[in-house]
Parts: sequence; structure tokens; C-alpha cells
Amino acid sequence: MSARRPAEVLDWARAFAEEELAPSAGEFDRTGQLPGSVIRQLADAGVLGAVVPPRWGGAGMDALDYGELTEVVGKACSSTRALLTVHTSLVCETLVERASDRIKDKYLPDLASGRRIGCFALSEADAGSDAASVTTSYTRQRDGFVLNGRKKWISFAGIADLFLVFATDNGVLSAFLVDRDTPGVRTAPMTGFLGNRATHIAEVVLTDVAVPEENLVGRIGAGFGFIANTALFHGRYSIAWAGVAIAQAALEEMCTYATRREQFGVQIGAHQLVQKMVADAVTNVDAARELCRQAGRARAERSVEAVMRTNIAKYFSSTIAQQVTSDAVQVLGGNGCWDQYPAERLFREAKILEIIEGTSQLQQVMIADHGYKTFARKS
Amino acid sequence: MNSEAVEQDGAAGIAADIRGFVRANMTALTTAELRDEDNIFEKGFVTSIFAMQLLVFIESTFDVTVPDDHITLRNFSSVELMTGMVAKLKAATG
Repeated sequence: MSARRPAEVLDWARAFAEEELAPSAGEFDRTGQLPGSVIRQLADAGVLGAVVPPRWGGAGMDALDYGELTEVVGKACSSTRALLTVHTSLVCETLVERASDRIKDKYLPDLASGRRIGCFALSEADAGSDAASVTTSYTRQRDGFVLNGRKKWISFAGIADLFLVFATDNGVLSAFLVDRDTPGVRTAPMTGFLGNRATHIAEVVLTDVAVPEENLVGRIGAGFGFIANTALFHGRYSIAWAGVAIAQAALEEMCTYATRREQFGVQIGAHQLVQKMVADAVTNVDAARELCRQAGRARAERSVEAVMRTNIAKYFSSTIAQQVTSDAVQVLGGNGCWDQYPAERLFREAKILEIIEGTSQLQQVMIADHGYKTFARKS
Repeated sequence: MNSEAVEQDGAAGIAADIRGFVRANMTALTTAELRDEDNIFEKGFVTSIFAMQLLVFIESTFDVTVPDDHITLRNFSSVELMTGMVAKLKAATG
């Protein structure tokens, strides 16, 4: 189908999120499955290719609209939002910026249309925050490379058609696009997670996987400095908006419940200590959204400030998402701890955001350094 | 000025801009002095995350497009190497 306009994609997503995703998010979480029909509908509506330029069949959405799209989807269902984070932000946006025209022409039309799903295979058992320490290896062969290793905690690896894999050759990290159908590629589902339960998380096992030269993304050695960092820059922006999304959802749960539930003969929202939690949530959600918009504007301008703006937005929104969802559970009391209400799911999903795409602690280190450089008086 | 002098002056200006940007973004608590030939990643002045910002800075400041085959950590590892790369790209585009 022809590419949709950004406004059409957003309008469709608003309706789909409210009517289809939000009522089913609990079921997706319980079953650990994001149905293929949901992915198909998102793909057909242009959501999965939202940020891909029209040249390759995408909607060419700008950073601010994409942020809003992420919030709309993420407020309804975190696992569905995670598909945008992985497929659209980590894979599509990275290929748009860093891949050769040959790779773009070969893969982006299928990724933008959602005919193929991409996933991001960086993490390993011993390579989390220290992502550059991956042990998955590549060696050169006559007309390409051979990959060996094992990736862990890879969202959507269970259903993805294409893997953006990071591997090392004696410390020289490079990135490759690997088709699922390539001999030697195997995935093993992983279960038992706190959140993101419907994101088809899997291990990716690569055994003597032959990758053609043309599937090298960027140059040899560009893997971490340019490819992974570009991907994480985009992923972090997505997670920043995901925090706003979850916090907004929790805020609505909290306010709705506080105005209906009565204890001691009055609505619990009349109690000042409940009002304190609601006031903090309202303020924090507003502040987080504005930080995300600030990051979005810096990205749209291709400002060098965009990286730090994104780090700050991600750190703040994931932190307040944790606080707001915790308070939502508190306001809902027993019902907040029960899976018949969304609060407990939102609480679990929020915690994930403080860990993925750069832990809060890593963000703090970078933000503190920015603080010294910006605010220390020079005399 | 002859063309060689103009070229040198241009390279000096490029180096000054790049040096200024690297200095402004160096890890705040470092006390070491930046020299143009220093490998900024190996010396710990910046982390490799900064490579991406260097690329954006160079493309937007000098109005050049860094081609795919130039995007390696080595080409961005010192003020000297970045200056040479930018000068070459600007010369190629006239």
C-alpha cells in the first residue's frame, strides 16, 4: 500500500489504541503474546514505518509526532509500544541514518510496510550496560563474514524476520543485518519477565552464520561508536515517551479511582494525602512530557544537544513513571495489587524503563558530567 | 594570500572549531590538556558515545556530508584526523 501521511497514522493510532489495544493489553500480558493480527493492523496503518522517509514507503513522521505516537500506543499497551521501540526506533531509524543505500533499498521497504519485523540483537549474558564487551564474534570469509555467538533478552526475536546483530573481531565491533532464514540462526523463547511480557523475548543463537558483505551496516569497527549509539539514541527517545505514556495511564487510573471509591464516608480523593499523590503525578507527567518535547525539538533541528536532552528526558520520565505507577497502586489499594485492574501491570512495566536503553545510573553519570561542564563556575 | 596560505588558514579554522567542540564536551573532571594528535577515546577525554555527536557537529558546522566509508572511530579519534577529513571533504565539494 502507499505510504500514509503522518496525521493519518496518528489519527488511526489514537482510535486503535483506545478501542483495540487498551482493552486487550491485560490479556496480551497474561498470555505473553502480541497477536499477529495486531502487528498486521499496525503495519497496514503505517505505524511501524512511521519515521521511515516516504522514499522507502514510510510516513516520514517528525520526532515530535513520533513521540506523540509512542505515547498514544504506549499508554494503551506497553508491549505494543515496545514493538515501535525495537522495530521502528532501534532498527528502522538506525538503518535510515547509518546504512548504505544498498541496504536501505533492500530492507527498508519491507520494514516500513511491516512485511518484515526487525529486532536489535546487542545484549548478551555478560554484555548489558557494558555493551561494547560483547563476545559474539565475526570473522571475514571470502565474500562476507561468519558470525558465532549467543544474544540474550532480545525483544521480538521470537517473531522477527531480521536481526541487527553486533559482533566483535578481537575488540573491533561491527554491525550486521542477519535474515532469520540464514542457516545457523536459532531463537529460544525466554519467559518469566517482570514486564514487556508480550514482546516475544528470546535468545538468539548464531552458529557459523554466513552473512554477505553487503549486510555489514556501516564500516568495520563502526559497530558501537556509530551504529549501536545511533540506535540507542533513538531507542532512548522512544523509552522517554514510553515513561510519559505509562505515567499518564497510571494518572488516569488513579484519578478515576480516587473520585469513585469511598472510605470514611467520602471519596478517597478528598483525603489530602491522596491529593498529594495526585498533584505530584499531574505535575511530573506534565514535566516529563515537556522534557520529551524539548528532546524532540532538538532532534528535529539535528542539534548536538539532542543526545543530552534525550538522556535527561529518558531519565526523568522513567523515574517518574515508577513513582506515579507506585502511587497509583497505593491509591487503588487492594485493587491496585490485583490483575483485574491495570495499575499492577503499569507498575511492573514502569520498572523496566529504568533499566532498558541505558539504566538510570548510566544516565545519572552522563547528566552529572553535563552538569559540571555547564554549571561549574570557571574562574 | 596565495592558495596554499588560504588552505592552511582554512585548516586552522577547522581545527579550532573542532578543538573547541571537543574541549567543551570532554569529561568534566579531567585535568589533562588536549593536544590535536591525542586519541580522544583512548585518552578517556570522551566516551565513544560522543562519536555520534562529533559526526553531527562536523556535518552541521562545516556543511559537509561524511560518506559512509569515512564513518569509522579512527577518523573521529583526534582533532588532527578530523581536521584532515573535513578539509578533504570540503576540497572535494569545491
